[in-house]
Amino acid sequence: MIRLKDIQKTFNFGSSNEYSAVDGVSLTVEQGKITVFSGPSGSGKTTLLSMIGCMSRPTSGRIWLQDREITSLPERFLTHIRRQTFGFIFQQFNLVKGLSALENVILPALPGGENRKKLSESASKLFAIFNITERQDARVEWLSGGEQQRVAIARAMINDPEIIIADEPTAHLDTKLSREFIEIFSSLRDRGKTVIISSHDPVVCDSPIIDRVVSIRDGRLQ
Amino acid sequence: MIRKSGAFILFLASCIVVFCFTLLHAYLLHDKSIDKIALSKGLVRDLALTDLCIFTEARYTRHPSMADLHTPFQDHPTAMEHFPSGSLLQPPAHLQSHGMD
Amino acid sequence: MEWIEKQRNVLDFTLSSILRRKSKNIALFVVFTAMVFLLASVLFFTGAIKKEASQLLRAAPEIVVQRMQAGRHTLMPLTAVDTISAIRGVSKVEGRLWGYYFDPVVGANYTLIAVKDALPGTMVIGNGISRARGLYKDDMMTFRTYLGDNTAFMVSEILSAESELVSSDLMLISEQDFRNLFGMKEGLVTDLSVTVKNSRELATIAQKIADILPDTRPIIRDEILRTYEGAFDWRSGIMVVLLSGSVLAFVIFAWDKGSGLSAEERREIGILKAIGWETSDVLLMKFWEGAVISLSSFLVGITLAYLHVFFASSVLFGPALKGWSVLYPHFRLTPAIDFYQVSALFILTVMPYITATILPSWRASTIDPDAIMRS
Ligand SMILES: Nc1ncnc2c1ncn2[C@@H]1O[C@H](COP(=O)(O)OP(=O)(O)OP(=O)(O)O)[C@@H](O)[C@H]1O
Ligand SMILES: [Mg+2]
Repeated sequence: MIRLKDIQKTFNFGSSNEYSAVDGVSLTVEQGKITVFSGPSGSGKTTLLSMIGCMSRPTSGRIWLQDREITSLPERFLTHIRRQTFGFIFQQFNLVKGLSALENVILPALPGGENRKKLSESASKLFAIFNITERQDARVEWLSGGEQQRVAIARAMINDPEIIIADEPTAHLDTKLSREFIEIFSSLRDRGKTVIISSHDPVVCDSPIIDRVVSIRDGRLQ
Repeated sequence: MIRKSGAFILFLASCIVVFCFTLLHAYLLHDKSIDKIALSKGLVRDLALTDLCIFTEARYTRHPSMADLHTPFQDHPTAMEHFPSGSLLQPPAHLQSHGMD
Repeated sequence: MEWIEKQRNVLDFTLSSILRRKSKNIALFVVFTAMVFLLASVLFFTGAIKKEASQLLRAAPEIVVQRMQAGRHTLMPLTAVDTISAIRGVSKVEGRLWGYYFDPVVGANYTLIAVKDALPGTMVIGNGISRARGLYKDDMMTFRTYLGDNTAFMVSEILSAESELVSSDLMLISEQDFRNLFGMKEGLVTDLSVTVKNSRELATIAQKIADILPDTRPIIRDEILRTYEGAFDWRSGIMVVLLSGSVLAFVIFAWDKGSGLSAEERREIGILKAIGWETSDVLLMKFWEGAVISLSSFLVGITLAYLHVFFASSVLFGPALKGWSVLYPHFRLTPAIDFYQVSALFILTVMPYITATILPSWRASTIDPDAIMRS
């Protein structure tokens, strides 16, 4: 469970181009559910996700992860929590070019000092789940869009996080791939994961699989 | 398949081993060279030699320690040299001290 | 264990990264290796030659006395032998008879020395002359005397190849032959070598000689040794040109590498941060990137330099060292590795390189992890 209270994010605070991207958001994201933040471009979805995912801090307000207040933790702890608790899927997937799919997937776990063999095994399991086992040694730029997407999901899963955050995951996908994508999320939910997605794609927002849609406009809940 | 880091560490280790071999080689040759040094040293003593024979092109490069103040490269310590070897050697120390005043 | 596993994991990633930019990193490796090779070759060569000089020339005459006339050295009358012998503390004074002979056939200079035990009409030659002229035992060589007529000497012996560093261009003939060849009168010698009883008094005795014989110049053995300590130093012209060229190339490469953190590299660092790498992890990765290139280049370069100087007789320096010399000695230097110099070389090449790799990444690695979400 994630609890947000009066979250505010102001960019360029104090200068003439001061801008509040998120303005007084309070909400609770339930565990084991798929939650979608929807809203027009510039409404503050990415900003909100990055604060929930411990990538940035709110200007004011507090965030609780389970019972832990994370807004006041020092940087090192935040990184640690981010690695342990969250898996990220980015809009452009952000895979590292020139590396194989396998190398990309284990990337988040490398600094943890986990044994390489175990890492490869867990990665292989993920490849099996997502049906791309035979592509695991291919360089990522040779993969198709759908394959890249699955590699990105596998990478988000490698540390076995409780919460998966996906920012506009279907922006570059056609309808068929978008549907597959949501199917995968539903299977993740079935395995007990919490999924938070930002999207303004109707395929995502109107899908029956989604548990809850939160609408945002100009940094406020609607 | 061997891990990349494993291959690199292996490579680095073999480089270090080869480098250590050169150290060992230097060490072993040092003992062997004592005879060779003694032989040359005997010549130096018997013939009252004063210099190494490295550059034979001019008398002040052949016997730099015997050179006088008026051989070319003692005109000025940074004078342009006619012979390339003159720029590898410096004027003898005893000339540098009182040669310039 | 976890620490080691972490290093290896990060190293794995670094190596994959390096392999991705193969041509750039191979170029870096080659330039770096070439520079270490060149610098280390110079260090090994000069170190070995200086060491050998200091060992060999310790047997040189304690004092050499030259007579100066109008700024050049001139022949020394043998009467000075008695004058110097009379100084307290001097144990032996001997005249040295030596000079140069230019051989027009090969265009080389030889050093001729008169020795007591040579038979008239015969000569002992250095190995370099033997090689240059194709002269062997019992061969004859013709000289032009000061009068313009020819005289021939027979080679009775060739000095050993091992002693070439001091003897390559030597020709040892009898005193009589020497005087006949150059028209040098009896009672005159080239200079004097002086031996003293107590080497601590060398300077005092040299001063006394200069006082008693004001037209002479005593050269103490220490001064000879110091001459060779100063040889091949950083100031030396050709070495400087050689080295500054390579150092410059290296600096340019390092600079390019350092300042030119490409947009792609920056993006990659952003991705790593976003997926949970700490700043220190990114810097660790960059450290390994610098270390992989610089450590392997250093080790390969220094080993090649060793082979070059001590197995291949510094062939690449040949042209610079030979200069105009027709007769260049072939010498195998005794390997001498100065740990101080090797570690200095290590610190001056590997350290700056690693720093140059890490520093520019520092800023990139402190970017907010969420920046990548907006790229
Ligand atoms: N670092 C920043 N400095 C200044 N303004 C920023 C910064 N980051 C975001 N913004 C502004 O905050 C607002 C919200 O941005 P955000 O990226 O959260 O929107 P979004 O809802 O994700 O939009 P989209 O659907 O286009 O991705 C935008 O108007 C943006 O210009
Ligand atoms: Mg966005």
